[in-house]
Amino acid sequence: MSDILLSLRGVSKNFGEGDVLRGIDLDVRRGEFLTLLGPSGCGKTTTLRIIAGLTGPDTGNVILEERDVTALPPEKRNVNTVFQNYALFPHMNVANNIAYGLRVRRAPKQTIRTKIEEMLALVQLEGFAKRMPAQLSGGQRQRVAIARALVCNPALLLLDEPLGALDLQLRRQMQLELKRLQEKLGITFVYITHDQEEALNMSDRIAVMNDGGFEQIGAPDVIYEQPATRFVAQFIGQANLMEARVTQIHENSLTLLHGDQTVLASAPSDGALKAGDSCLLCVRTERLHYAEMPHAPFTLTGMVMENRYTGGALITRIRLPSGEEWTAGGHGRADEAPAVGSTVHLWWDPAQAAVVGGGRGGA
Amino acid sequence: MRAFWLLLPMGVIALLFVAVPLIYVIALSFLHRGEMMGVTGPATIENYLRMFDARYARVMLDSISMAAYTTVLSLLIGYPFAYYMARATPRWRNLLMLLVIVPFWTNALVRVYGWRILLLANGPINTFLLRIGLIDRPLKLLFTYGAMLLGMVYSLLPFMILPVYSSVEKMDWQCEAAARDLGAGPWRAFWTVTLPLTLPGVLAGCLLVFVPSIGLFFIADLLGGSQVIVIGNLIRDQLLKARDWPFGAALSVALLVVTCLVLVGYRRAGGKDLEVF
Repeated sequence: MSDILLSLRGVSKNFGEGDVLRGIDLDVRRGEFLTLLGPSGCGKTTTLRIIAGLTGPDTGNVILEERDVTALPPEKRNVNTVFQNYALFPHMNVANNIAYGLRVRRAPKQTIRTKIEEMLALVQLEGFAKRMPAQLSGGQRQRVAIARALVCNPALLLLDEPLGALDLQLRRQMQLELKRLQEKLGITFVYITHDQEEALNMSDRIAVMNDGGFEQIGAPDVIYEQPATRFVAQFIGQANLMEARVTQIHENSLTLLHGDQTVLASAPSDGALKAGDSCLLCVRTERLHYAEMPHAPFTLTGMVMENRYTGGALITRIRLPSGEEWTAGGHGRADEAPAVGSTVHLWWDPAQAAVVGGGRGGA
Repeated sequence: MRAFWLLLPMGVIALLFVAVPLIYVIALSFLHRGEMMGVTGPATIENYLRMFDARYARVMLDSISMAAYTTVLSLLIGYPFAYYMARATPRWRNLLMLLVIVPFWTNALVRVYGWRILLLANGPINTFLLRIGLIDRPLKLLFTYGAMLLGMVYSLLPFMILPVYSSVEKMDWQCEAAARDLGAGPWRAFWTVTLPLTLPGVLAGCLLVFVPSIGLFFIADLLGGSQVIVIGNLIRDQLLKARDWPFGAALSVALLVVTCLVLVGYRRAGGKDLEVF
């Protein structure tokens, strides 16, 4: 049994108004929680529909469990979907919604009855069997949609922004529940969201999508710490970016010049950068430090523009001599704020500042 | 108090154009036919008893069965039409909508006369079939039950298409996608999800076709000849030819009762308030 459950090979789609998908490749491993993360309109829902078989790709193949299923209709694929806004059947009660997939497969009555009970228990909705979808809250509908999709034991569960319609508190709670459910059942999840926090919280791997293609596919910490492109750096977390030129290469770090100011960064693992190359440097806001005294060998300075206290974190806006505005946002108290208009020296741990694209020219 | 004055014009209109004629017709139905013309007392229920005569009962049953055929045929043609219209691209949708609505710009009588010409023994349809050698002698098309049914379906089809279209157009297609995703083939998804979710439009369409088709008499006259006498013909004949106003009125009241029963049935079947657009 192969480790890869699902593969997309060169999948493209055009709805007549430009490419929605530009020949994407993706491998989903058995049992993993993979998130497609991207802004609205980036093609993530189309990708999901192509995997489900609800939309056919223009070119490329969908390979599920080592079988090419590109031409198979949705009902012939061992994949189920939790739709955006749930798409519960409004004319059926909760039990009938859940039983739908089993009835279609002509499962015996007794099996259906046991399965309904089992699924209701799994999503903690015991006693709701006879309710109609209109009588349920958003969170309860969400659970029914999950139960309905899981009842046929799919090899792969697709979830299209399943928490998008819920309020923040419920969303956090459901994130945990979904993650636990996925670990308990061992079913592979392909999950769509435009919420980076959700993606970072739940995923084994994140595939960042933009404009019909993948920008980067990797574990959450890799995506966060070593963004492959400017888009990834800016879309996920709060990033400070600067153009810089490599002057010296050390074993684990680089010395760079931004204008005439020296900074350090971690050396890319592929060692593709040479002295004299230009690159884009990414420093996360919470990792940017400032002080009144210089922190050698950094010579970067900036002027404090504004302080904002946001409960536990002090956010300071600093203008670099090059005119760019950076943000520093670590833990801090309101009374520790530097005076607006004062000049501060900036520095960071080189290991925590990455060259975007790891030197592959991703900028 | 303000509400009373605002509602007053409505009340007056309803009284003048609905209540008064209705009361007049109901009152007429309980009188005798006059010696020469008009009506005389005393009050009687004889007009209603007359209806149970086999001939008249027959007319009533024929009318209902024809209305039922018309409704079923309109549904079989109108549902697929409305379905594809709702799912078509906006360009096609507008074109199809125009096709549905354009006939309303011409008088219904004129359009039925058009069919009369098409169906004549030496009309275009027979001529064409003779030319291509499919038939040797002209077919009898006009003055048949089929011609009458054709005319009815033709005239009432838009009243089926519009409410069904409105229902299909409002349908959440994610639900259909969900059915497919859960393993249902296209037909199964249609029967278990799409059709139930568009049922309000189907019921409204059936009502809008069935009710007028019981009473329509000019199509039976123009296309059906005297093959079938429907209740509409009978009422007209009693009022205008036989000059038996009380019996005509009683038949009208009976038609009204049948229509009301259909409406009650519609409500029972779960129909909502009519939503054509």
